[in-house]
Amino acid sequence: MRRLALVLWVGAASLLVVIARAYGADPSLEDALRGLTSEDERAVDESAARIVASPNASSALPALEALCDERLRASPDGSLFYTDEKGQVRRAITGAVAAAPADAKAVEMNNALRRVVLPLVARLRLGSPDVNVRLAAASELAKRGGADGAPLLRAAFEREKDRGVRDAIAVALARMDLSSAERATKLEALEVLRKLGDGSLKADLAPLAQDSDAAVRGAALAALGSIEGRERVVSLVGDLVHGVSLASVLLFAALGLAITFGLMGVINMAHGEMLMIGAYTTYCVQLLFEKYAPGAFGAYLFVAVPLAFAVTTFVGIGLERAVIRHLYGRQLETLLATWGISLILIQTVRLVFGAQNVSVANPQWLAGGVEVAHGLVLPYSRIAVVVFVVVVALAVWALLSHTKLGLLVRAVTQNRAMAACLGVPTSRVDMWIFGLGCGIAGLGGVALSQLGNVGPELGQGYIIDSFMVVVLGGVGRLAGSVAAALGLGIINKLLEPFAGAVLGKIAILLLVILFIQRRPQGLFALKGRVET
Amino acid sequence: MTAFARAARRLSSMHSPRAWIAICAVLAAAALVVPLSNAFAPAGSTLHFPDYLVPILGKFMCFAMVALALDLVWGYAGILSLGHGLFFALGGYAMGMYLMRSIRGEGVYRSDLPDFMVFLDWKALPWYWHGFQVFWFAVAMAIVVPGVVAFFFGYFAFRSRVRGVYLSIVTQALTFAAMLLFFQNATGFGGNNGLTDYKRILGYSLHEPSMRLTLYVVSVLVLFVMYVGCRFIVTSRMGRVVTAIRDAELKVRFCGYETNHYKLFVWTLSAMLCGIAGALYVPQVGIINPSEMQPSNSIEMAIWVALGGRGSLFGGILGAWVINGAKSWLTVALPSAWLYVLGALFVAMTLFAPDGLIGIGTALRARFGRRQP
Repeated sequence: MRRLALVLWVGAASLLVVIARAYGADPSLEDALRGLTSEDERAVDESAARIVASPNASSALPALEALCDERLRASPDGSLFYTDEKGQVRRAITGAVAAAPADAKAVEMNNALRRVVLPLVARLRLGSPDVNVRLAAASELAKRGGADGAPLLRAAFEREKDRGVRDAIAVALARMDLSSAERATKLEALEVLRKLGDGSLKADLAPLAQDSDAAVRGAALAALGSIEGRERVVSLVGDLVHGVSLASVLLFAALGLAITFGLMGVINMAHGEMLMIGAYTTYCVQLLFEKYAPGAFGAYLFVAVPLAFAVTTFVGIGLERAVIRHLYGRQLETLLATWGISLILIQTVRLVFGAQNVSVANPQWLAGGVEVAHGLVLPYSRIAVVVFVVVVALAVWALLSHTKLGLLVRAVTQNRAMAACLGVPTSRVDMWIFGLGCGIAGLGGVALSQLGNVGPELGQGYIIDSFMVVVLGGVGRLAGSVAAALGLGIINKLLEPFAGAVLGKIAILLLVILFIQRRPQGLFALKGRVET
Repeated sequence: MTAFARAARRLSSMHSPRAWIAICAVLAAAALVVPLSNAFAPAGSTLHFPDYLVPILGKFMCFAMVALALDLVWGYAGILSLGHGLFFALGGYAMGMYLMRSIRGEGVYRSDLPDFMVFLDWKALPWYWHGFQVFWFAVAMAIVVPGVVAFFFGYFAFRSRVRGVYLSIVTQALTFAAMLLFFQNATGFGGNNGLTDYKRILGYSLHEPSMRLTLYVVSVLVLFVMYVGCRFIVTSRMGRVVTAIRDAELKVRFCGYETNHYKLFVWTLSAMLCGIAGALYVPQVGIINPSEMQPSNSIEMAIWVALGGRGSLFGGILGAWVINGAKSWLTVALPSAWLYVLGALFVAMTLFAPDGLIGIGTALRARFGRRQP
C-alpha cells in the first residue's frame, strides 16, 4: 500500500515537472532571453550560455527566431511577446496566445547581437526534437557556410541518431572543410561529398577540380562525377515516371479508339469529343456535389465515373445508329462525317458551358503527392490515373476475351459475313461495341479532368496522338496499343530534355511516320496472311 | 495537221462545246466583268463592285485552286490528303518571306531585318532567308518547297504501300508536326504571329485598290490555267491510268504499270499547285501564320471537294466557292451557327450525297432533263 502511494506520489511529481516543462514555465529561461536584450556585452554572452545550458532550451527557439526578424517586443515589466508567421501574438517561452500591452516596444537588432543569436538559433534547431527542423537547420548551415558553425555542427553530428540528418550534417561539414588549408581534411571532405553530395555543391567543387594538387584535383573530379551521375539517375527516374504518367493519359485516349478503329475499322474523329464530354460530365457532377452535398464532396468521383461512362456510351450509341452504321466500309467518308459531328459537339458544349476553360477541383484525397526521389514529387492524381487506366485496360481485355460479347465482337471483326450466317446479330454487336469504345473515352475524360482544365477543345489535342498510338500499336491489337502508348509517352519525356517539349513532340510524330512507313502493320502485327 | 488544229482537237476532247462555253462565261464574268465594274462604275451605283469584296473574292480563287489540287489526288487517284494545308502554307510562307524582305527598313524598328527578328534580338538573317529578296526566287520556292516535301513524303509512303485512311492520318500528323515547328520562334518564321505587315510587292503598294484588283485578276487567270492543265492531265492517257489506280490498284500493277510513279507524280503536282495557291493567297490577305497548318483547315479543304463532288475538277472549285461564301456570310450574320452548318454539311454530304453538288445536278438531269440523243 505504501509502496503504491510512493509510486503515485513520484508519478504525480514527475508529471508536474513534465507539464511545467511542456508549458515552458521556466522563469530562468525567459530571464536569460531578457538578458540577450541587455546593453552589456558580457551579460549577453552569459545569457546565451544559460539558454544553451537550459534543459528545455528549444522552447526559446520561436522567440529567438522572432528576435532575428525583429518580431520580438518587450513590455516595460520585462515580459516578452512575439508575432508568429500567421500574425498571431504569443508570449515568449510559453507560446501562449496573448495580447501584448500597448507600451511593448520592439527589441532592436544589431550586428553584435546577431553574431550571438544566429549560432544560438542554429544550435537550438540542431537540437530540436523534430527531425525536419534538424534537417533544415543542417542544410541551411551547409549553405551559409562560415567556419563559426563548424563546432556546432560537429557537436550535433556526434549527438545525431537519425541517418538523414547525419548525412546532411556531414555534407555541411565537408563543405566547410573544402576551404581548409589541410590537404588531408580537404581530401576527406571530398570523399564525403563524393558519397553524399548533391547538385548545389557543384559550384564549390568546380574550383577544386582545377587545383594544383593532383590528388585534390582527382578527388574533386571524382566527387563531381559521382554527383552528376546521381543527378542523371534522378532526372532519368523523373523522366520515366512522367513518361508513364503521360502514357497513361495517351492510353486512355487511345483505348477506346483501339476498339472502334482497331476492331471495327471506324475512323471516329469525334473520339476526342467523347473525352471532352466525359470531362464535362465530371465537371457537372462536381458542381452538383458542391451545391447539394458539400459534405460528401470527396466522393463525387465515384458518381462521376459511372455517369461519364453512361453518358458517353449513350452518345456513342446514338452516333452509331444515326450516322456511322450507314457508312461501314467507307472509311474516308466516316472520317469526314465524324469530323462534322465533332464540330457540332464542340460548338454545342461551347454554347452550353461557354468557350472558357473550366476547372474541376480534385477531391481532398487526391491532393498532394509523394516524393519519389530528391526533388521529384509525383502528384497523387497522376498515380490515380495510372492505376485507373490499368484497371480499365484489364477490364476491357477481360471483356473481349472472357465474355460472350467479346466472343461475338471477335467473330464479327474476323469475318462479318460468316458471323452473320451463324446468327450473330452483327448490327447490334456494332452498336454495343461502338458505345463501349466511346464509354471508355468518357472514363478517360474523367481522368483528364483530374489533371488539368477542361475546355471545349480538350479532345482535339488528343485525337492525333491517339490515332498515332493505335496505328503504331497495330490495328486490332489491344496489347499493341498499351505498348505503343507506353513507348510514345516515355520516349516523348526522354526526348524533352534534349529537344524541348515541342521539338520532342515533332520528333515523335516524325518517328511514328517513319515507323509506319517501315511497318505499316504496326508493332504487333497479326501473324499470317491477313487481307489488307 | 497544224499544231493549232491539234491543240483545238485536244481541247475539244476535254469538254463538250457547251461546257467550254459555260467555262468561258464564268471566266469572263470573273476576269472581266468584276474588274470593270469595280474600276469604272461609279462608287455607290448598283453596278459598282465594292472594293472590300475584291480581296475576298481573290481569296476564294486561291481556295478554289487548293480544291482543284485536292480533287486531283482524291477524286482521281483516290488519295485523301489531310495535309494539303501544309503545302498551301509552305507556298504562302515563301511568298511571305519575299514580302517581308521587301519591307526594307520601313518596319517599326527601321531595320533591314524583318521586325520579328529585331524583336528576338537576332543580328543576321538565317541562311534560309537569303535569296528571298528576289521575287522570282520566292515564286520558284513557293512551288519547289511544297513539291520537294510532297515528293519525299510520297516516295516513302507509296513505296511502303501506306494507303487509305492510314495515309490520311499520317498526312494529318505531318501537318500537325509542321504546325508545332512553325509555332516555335526559333524556327525563324515569326512564331505564332507569322509574317505580316507587308508593304509592297514588286515595288507597288499592296494597299492600293488597283494592286488588289491586279492580284485578283492574276488569281482568276492562274486558276483557269490550272483548271485547263488538270483537265488536260485527267483526260490524257496518264490520267486514265491514275483513275484506274483509284479503282483497282492491284489490277493496274499486274498489268505492268508502276503505280507508285503515277501516284507520286499526281501527288507532287497537287502539292505544287497548292504552293502556288498559297503564294497568291498571302499578298491578298496580308498575313501567313502557322494556324493555316491546323489539321482542321486541311480537313475543311476535303469537305470543299466532297461538297462540290469528287472526280470532276469543277466540283471542287464549286465547293470551295459555296462553302467559303457561306462561311464569310454566316460567321458575320450568325457566328454561333457556322460550325453547326459546317458540321451538318460534313454529315449530310457523306450520308446523302456522296457525289456532291455535281452528283445532285447529274441525278436531277437524269431524272427530269431531256434524254441525250
